[in-house]
Amino acid sequence: MAILVDKDTKVLVQGITGSAGSFHARQCIAYGTQVVAGCTPHRGGETFSAEGPGGKAVTVPVFDTVAEAVAKTGADTSCIFVPALGAADAILEAFDAGCRLVVCITEGIPVMDMIRVRRAIEGRPGRLIGPNCPGVITPGACKIGIMPGHIHRPGRFGVISRSGTLTYEAVGQLTALGMGQSTCIGIGGDPVAGMDFVDALQLFNDDPGTEGVMLIGEIGGGAEEKAAQFIKAKMKKPVAGFIAGTTAPPGKRMGHAGAIISGGKGTAADKIAALEAAGVRVAPSPAEMGKTLQSLM
Amino acid sequence: MKIHEYQGKQIFSRYGIPIPRGVACFSADEAERAAQKLISETNVPVVVVKAQIHAGGRGKGGGVKVVKGGPAEARQVAEKMLGMQLITHQTGPEGQTVRRLYVEQGLDIARELYLGLVVDRDKRRIAVMASTEGGVEIEQVAAETPEKILTEHIDPVVGLSGFQARNLAFGLGVGDGSPDPKATVKQFTQTLARLAELFEKEDCSLCEINPLVITRTGEVVALDSKINFDSNAAARHREWAELRDEAEEDPVELEAQQAGLSYVALDGDIGCLVNGAGLAMATMDIIKHHGGSPANFLDVGGGATKEQVTKAFKMILSSDKVRGIFVNIFGGIMRCDVIAEGVVAATKDLGLNVPLVVRLEGTNVEQGKQILERSGLRIQSADTMADGAKKIVASVRG
Repeated sequence: MAILVDKDTKVLVQGITGSAGSFHARQCIAYGTQVVAGCTPHRGGETFSAEGPGGKAVTVPVFDTVAEAVAKTGADTSCIFVPALGAADAILEAFDAGCRLVVCITEGIPVMDMIRVRRAIEGRPGRLIGPNCPGVITPGACKIGIMPGHIHRPGRFGVISRSGTLTYEAVGQLTALGMGQSTCIGIGGDPVAGMDFVDALQLFNDDPGTEGVMLIGEIGGGAEEKAAQFIKAKMKKPVAGFIAGTTAPPGKRMGHAGAIISGGKGTAADKIAALEAAGVRVAPSPAEMGKTLQSLM
Repeated sequence: MKIHEYQGKQIFSRYGIPIPRGVACFSADEAERAAQKLISETNVPVVVVKAQIHAGGRGKGGGVKVVKGGPAEARQVAEKMLGMQLITHQTGPEGQTVRRLYVEQGLDIARELYLGLVVDRDKRRIAVMASTEGGVEIEQVAAETPEKILTEHIDPVVGLSGFQARNLAFGLGVGDGSPDPKATVKQFTQTLARLAELFEKEDCSLCEINPLVITRTGEVVALDSKINFDSNAAARHREWAELRDEAEEDPVELEAQQAGLSYVALDGDIGCLVNGAGLAMATMDIIKHHGGSPANFLDVGGGATKEQVTKAFKMILSSDKVRGIFVNIFGGIMRCDVIAEGVVAATKDLGLNVPLVVRLEGTNVEQGKQILERSGLRIQSADTMADGAKKIVASVRG
């Protein structure tokens, strides 16, 4: 889906010199993503070495600030690997520098920070994906995040998910069925975040390269219910779904900060009911996600 | 992270939110002395003895007792309460052991209101909810009489505005019946403003006063305190470590947290070890789907080391209710060989006496499978999640 990321997207990695940032930047570069800059305060002037597809040597300049990185390289998409207590600031810095897409991988950002970030970026051009997400990938063209590239295939099916490895499970199933992916978006597991299901569904709805969508949700919050409303009212393409956490007990945080059933709200059963009422076919088991989407096509 | 009522009240006090006089007590002796002190300070012969546990609904469960018979009766009540298993609709059927008490002055209550601040995920703001139905579970009010809950949302740019506090005050009729309505409304709006500041500065996820009382003399007082902190903010709140009451937490969940693992105990007998929270939940779900019952949620995370995997596997092996284990891994960043090494190391130490099904997929899957084969352990391997779930359920059924 060329709307989010493609082979021409110029990416900068905030936190490129850290252990997570450096490892994943190298993986993205090896996949073919155009990482044109890195940013770590006080490491400006260094170069970051990696290998592109086929082993070709790639050198990435490192800058002290995102503003400088953007000015000097034309990067307009940022991937953030900054530790939790500095990540909200990193998001703001990327928006301030004019990035049109900011993908924040970091898990553990305090919710008050994200409430402030969301308020600060309201009305500004540019999109936020995450935090606490695996990233976004257009198979064969551009990988921004930590997902294993090799399980993906280019194709015509969109994937939107709050999860990481459960998404890979779905993608693995789709690939095995010959159902390649147009773009896979991990919106993340936090309670207050950027792009939600509705935002992503809108993009897939308008994308001529996407024929059908796989939506993977989980307990906690009302995002799937909002998605169901949008799907019923506006969605022109078939949507299959899976909701994790049917067996989750109430009141407990199941890993993700946003995966918690509170005051009786946010149960898997409610989400499944809302989606089915909107015409979404929900897989009865996580082993059948791919088959369920296939059955709709 | 949860804290006790008396600790929440200490924090309220720091922010200038009015609380009754009270003393935390750990023995019947202390309770008797506290009652004596409160009665003489206030000249009111009534105290309230309250059990301190990390769950609500204590009153209905017998964990809150009004004492009119002086320090001697307070002592008796404390003796009975300490060590009791307090069962409330929030504790689960086994209840929680009461180890701490809070002895508070008795108040002359005219009205009970509800006041709660919580993160509203839908609006991405802190929501301030207020209701005339104090002393009732807010979920019940929301279900039965939602029109009785007034809500304002805090814009992080300006904080809680004065007009918003007044909307709530006049909406609830806070001044009605007070000897000095203006003063009562002022105390209420001030309490609201301080609560909003507290929520933000202390990185709360929930802050509830149920009930917030208005006394016959028109004073606004927080009769209860329920504060939950946002665990993600722990690194910037060193003081939380002292507030933690580990006795209120599940010991295995605590151990897991200290090891950097995500773990939740469940009721079943099939242990799970998975990488990724969504996949871990889906693994619990698929076990149930195939007729089994998961014993736990466990996410080793993406960057787990062999040591963490070993620790995680040991935690599952040590549980005496586990009669089978399902390891389900889709390795992206997590490498299958690291998982395999962790599983082998743990079983070498503790032995493997239950059926084990391992499903590996993704990064280094072949190396991982080889390590398991060479270990000589009796492990059933599975290619897909469904295959793995069916196998473990069948093995446990026997």
